[in-house]
Amino acid sequence: MITYVIRRLLAAVVLLFVISAATFAIFYLIPRLAGSSPETLATRYVGRAATPETVNLIAHRLGFYDPVWLQYGRWIKGVLVGAEYDYGAGVEHCPAPCFGYSFITRQPVWPDLLERLPVTLSLALGAAVLWLFFGLTTGVISALRRGSMLDRAAMGVSLAGVSLPIFFTGMIALTIFSYRLQWTAPGGTYTPFTENPAAWFYALLLPWLVLALQFSAQYARLTRAGMLETMGEDYIRTARAKGLRERDVTVKHGLRAALTPILTIFGLDFGLLLGGAVITESVFSLPGLGKYAVDAITTNDLPKVLGVTLMAAFFVVVANLVVDLLYAVVDPRVRLG
Amino acid sequence: MTQSVTQPFLEVKDLKVHFNTDDGVVRSVDGLTFGLERGRTLGIVGESGSGKSVTSLGIMGIYNKRNADVTGEIWLDGQELVNASPESVRKLRGNKLAMIFQDPLSAMHPYYSVGKQIIEAYQVHHNVSNQVARKHAVDMLGRVGIPQPERRVDDYPHQFSGGMRQRAMIAMALVNDPQLLIADEPTTALDVTVQAQILDLMHTLQEEFNSALIVITHDLGVVAELADDVLVMYGGRCVEFGSATTIFDRPEHPYTWGLLGSMPRMDRPNLERLVPIPGLPPSLINLPTGCHFHPRCAYEPRTGGLGSTVTPELTRAGGTNHLVRCHLPTEERQRIWAQEVKPKLEAS
Repeated sequence: MITYVIRRLLAAVVLLFVISAATFAIFYLIPRLAGSSPETLATRYVGRAATPETVNLIAHRLGFYDPVWLQYGRWIKGVLVGAEYDYGAGVEHCPAPCFGYSFITRQPVWPDLLERLPVTLSLALGAAVLWLFFGLTTGVISALRRGSMLDRAAMGVSLAGVSLPIFFTGMIALTIFSYRLQWTAPGGTYTPFTENPAAWFYALLLPWLVLALQFSAQYARLTRAGMLETMGEDYIRTARAKGLRERDVTVKHGLRAALTPILTIFGLDFGLLLGGAVITESVFSLPGLGKYAVDAITTNDLPKVLGVTLMAAFFVVVANLVVDLLYAVVDPRVRLG
Repeated sequence: MTQSVTQPFLEVKDLKVHFNTDDGVVRSVDGLTFGLERGRTLGIVGESGSGKSVTSLGIMGIYNKRNADVTGEIWLDGQELVNASPESVRKLRGNKLAMIFQDPLSAMHPYYSVGKQIIEAYQVHHNVSNQVARKHAVDMLGRVGIPQPERRVDDYPHQFSGGMRQRAMIAMALVNDPQLLIADEPTTALDVTVQAQILDLMHTLQEEFNSALIVITHDLGVVAELADDVLVMYGGRCVEFGSATTIFDRPEHPYTWGLLGSMPRMDRPNLERLVPIPGLPPSLINLPTGCHFHPRCAYEPRTGGLGSTVTPELTRAGGTNHLVRCHLPTEERQRIWAQEVKPKLEAS
């Protein structure tokens, strides 16, 4: 079990390095292959008005003339131990983890990311609680009453939920609940939990529901399929033959086994969401990582894009790691196999 | 209680288990009647799809109430089960009547330790602490011949060998001292060497617990090993019933002859080839008219057309307490067995 954990941890670290190299290559190498020069990058820092000499100097100081692998090494070093930057206005120390400075605002990227993370985390956590609750209960009930009106209705609604994109359901929900009925907060009113929990809840309620609708639908279908399969297993018949109450047969024996694959998918979904629920955050103007990524991309702010991408990748890798470890806890065949 | 004192411990009367499906009504069990005393073993044999397993699930009350239609009577120790409330049958299940399944790997939950599953079976019917139940589970594992039960009790099913798993399954079924034990193909998924051990174990435990045992199998070897009485099923009905000696020495139904002919015998020399029964088991939705077996029966022409038109009744036959469902007269059947079938079986 210990070796399993260590093996997984090492694999996760290696994977993060590979992802960072790949992302770095995509953002720094490919533009160069496409014809952009070190000066183009430097121009982003100093502005178009600067003389060619200044641009050249900055490009030198930031090491844009060095080979890409060296630049990558420097960047990784910055992430791990911090780095010194010189934009011409004197040397600035950027403490680890240093993802560099924004082209536009000249602010370091990392504090920005840290500031955005709680928003995304709040959104993802709240939505996850809702979708797990609604998805699993609907799925189990549908499976147990297969073919009933309830099952058909639930599966019909969930088909709609899976198919409707969030930018559609989000807009509709905003129009109806926030602007017409004024039950929920309009977009762009996010308040941190630490400042005012009630306002935090009020601002996030509609985004939670909209995000959870799509995932609940998906999880309801997954749970239903999983339950239908496990409830037909031989060990369910054994559980009944032992005289267990039907509730225990369903929950302790059926759902327990059906949950394992759902755990995997939940880990992936949740990890992915932590990297930023791009569409939801955009629709509801939530200042989270997803919104940050969109803004960074539209303004071509490479250090920000790189930082947020790596952060998202980090969450996906960690979520996968956690799922792998949980699998060992849940399934004795993995632990002892 | 209107039952007479002579009522057997288990009495099944005209049991019918029909399933409503999109393709029609599946008559898995269609009017089955038999009795069984404590300490005795009944073997139910037949091909796949003859209704053997459905019979056992019907007795256990494990069927989907939404599509299964169960009628008839099942009396267990003076208590009727078919029309009893599901809750009262649930309380008996695993307690007074228990069941062992064919494939112990898929029949045990992969996520719970063997001990936990036995403890669970005990605690459903006994309000005891975990420690007491655990002690009981260890004790049962020891009794079914699992070495070092205190250590193995926390193992998971996948850590057990096939034979050990079936032993654990038996321990789980016997943990509440059931008076009726149903074993559905208990040895089919096991190695031949392990099969003999499991059969021995079941025999020993049955004597120890003085329980009634129903063994459902297509393996006549298992029946020969364990059963006092044998019930041969075909198309959801009993076609021949009798003591094991009668069924093996003086069988009267052509289907039983066929089963005996298709059984490999190691104790007979010159074994060249087995004689299969021609054709396939009938569809339980569209059973053949008349005698269900007539399309596959070599002796059907001798019934003078009765076979394909009239369904024969289960009637007394040559042996003691011997019932056969066949149009041919007893003397004729006995003659065919003695002169035509038996010599062929022994020669082959």
